[in-house]
Amino acid sequence: MAKRTALYDAHVALGGRMVEFAGYELPVQYSGIMEEHRAVRTAAGVFDVSHMGEFLFEGSGAESALGALLTNDIRGMSDGRVRYSLLPNERGGAVDDVLVYRVNAEKFLMVVNGANVEKDAAHVVRTLRGCEFSDVSDRVSQLAVQGPASEAVMKALAPDAPLPQKYYTFLTDVELAGIKTLVSRTGYTGEDGFEIYCANEDVPALYAALLEKGAPLGLIPCGLGARDTLRSEAGMPLYGHELGEDIPVNEVGLDFAVKTEGREFVGRDAIAAHVPEYERVGAVVVGRGIVRENCVIYADGAEVGRSTTGTHSPTLGCGIAMLRIKRGTEGDLTADVRGRMLPLKRAELPFVKRK
Amino acid sequence: MKQYTGTHEWVELRDGAAYVGISAHAAHELGEIVYVDLPEPGAAVTAGEPCCELESVKAVAEVNSPVSGVVDAVNEELADSPEKAGEEGVWIYSVSSPVLMDGLMSEAEYKASLE
Repeated sequence: MAKRTALYDAHVALGGRMVEFAGYELPVQYSGIMEEHRAVRTAAGVFDVSHMGEFLFEGSGAESALGALLTNDIRGMSDGRVRYSLLPNERGGAVDDVLVYRVNAEKFLMVVNGANVEKDAAHVVRTLRGCEFSDVSDRVSQLAVQGPASEAVMKALAPDAPLPQKYYTFLTDVELAGIKTLVSRTGYTGEDGFEIYCANEDVPALYAALLEKGAPLGLIPCGLGARDTLRSEAGMPLYGHELGEDIPVNEVGLDFAVKTEGREFVGRDAIAAHVPEYERVGAVVVGRGIVRENCVIYADGAEVGRSTTGTHSPTLGCGIAMLRIKRGTEGDLTADVRGRMLPLKRAELPFVKRK
Repeated sequence: MKQYTGTHEWVELRDGAAYVGISAHAAHELGEIVYVDLPEPGAAVTAGEPCCELESVKAVAEVNSPVSGVVDAVNEELADSPEKAGEEGVWIYSVSSPVLMDGLMSEAEYKASLE
C-alpha cells in the first residue's frame, strides 16, 4: 500500500493524475507534461517532493563521521552551504546520491532519494561511527519551486523573508506564509529555484499560498513527468538509472563529487583501484523517434552499452538520451529501439543550459 | 459510424476503406503524443495485432489493428504534428479491402465498457 504525502488531497483536487512512485502516491502530471515543462523553463512550477528522505547527523563528531560515508569532501564547508555527494558502498558503487546541508559544525542534514530511504538508513546505521543519526523523513515535507520566476514567486509569498542568494546555499528558520521552513537554492531542473522543507502539518497551507501568489507570475503545479523531462534535459543523473549499487561511481561523470585523495571513506579503496571501463555520455536522436532507457547502443555495429535515461525533450523537440557506453567509444552510434535502429549523435551535457 | 476495440482503437468504413484511429479515452490516458511510428503503405496488418506505435513523453502505446488487410494510406500530417493523433476522430492509417475483427463495439457499448 503506497503512502500518501500530506498534499494528497490537494493533488487530487487540482486534477493530478496519481501514480505510485518511490512508495508514495504522487501526481505524474496535472495539465500535461509538456505544459508543465514549459512553465518551469519560462516561468515557474511547484513540485511536491515530500517522498524525498531527510536524515540528521548531530554531535561534535558529525563532520568527520558523516564525511567517512561520502565520496565528496565535506570538510571546511561553511554553515549554510549545500554539497552534492554520492553515498558509496564498500564495492565502489552507489547506495544513493544525496545533498548534504551543513547547518553548523555539529549538525548536518542529508537529503536522500525517496525510493532509497529505508535502504540508506540501514546502510548509515551499519557504517556510521561517532555521531547521532536520525531519520526524520516521515515528519518532513518538501516542495520545489523551480523556474526563472522562482525568486519573484518567493518574494510575492514573503516580501520580507530573507532568501538564500547563491546556488547551493540555504537558510534555516525562514518564515513563509507564517510557516517556519528551511529554504535552499537548489533543484533538479537546471533552472534557478528553491527547495523548501517544512513540517507535514504545515505543507498544505504553504502549498496553497504558493499556488495563489505564484499563479499571476505563471507558476503552475507540476508532476513527476515534467520533473523527469526537466532533469533529463539538464543532464542530471537519477538513481536507479545512471547510478546504482553495481555501477562504479567513477564511471558516471560525477568526478567533481568523488574525492579519493587524502581521505578515508567507505568504498574509497575500491574506487581508487577501479580503472573506469564505462562512461556516461549524452546523445540526441537524429530525426524522429524516442530512445527510452535500457536500449542497446551500438557504435559502427558493435555493442558498446545501453541507454540509462531516454525521453522526448520538450525544449529541443527531439529525443534525448544518456548512455552508459565503453570509454573511448568512437564511430556512429545507433540505438536498438524495439528492433528499429535509430541513429544518435553525441551531445554535450546538459542538453539544455539555463538562459 | 465508428466501431471500437477493447484496446481503445476505432475503425470507420468510408467508401470501402477502413480508417483507424485511437479513442479520446486512450489519448487522454497516454498524454500528449510526441511521436507516431506510422505503418508503411503496402504493409499487411492483422486484426488484433500491433501495427504501429504512438509515443507520449512518458510512454509507448501500440496500436492494435481493428482490421486485417493492406495499409492503403497513412495520415502524413502526423509525422510533423504527432499530437493530432490524440484528437477526436483523427485517423492514423487506412486499409483497403478490410476484414473487420470480431467483437467490435458500438460507440455506446465502448463508452459503457469504460465505466
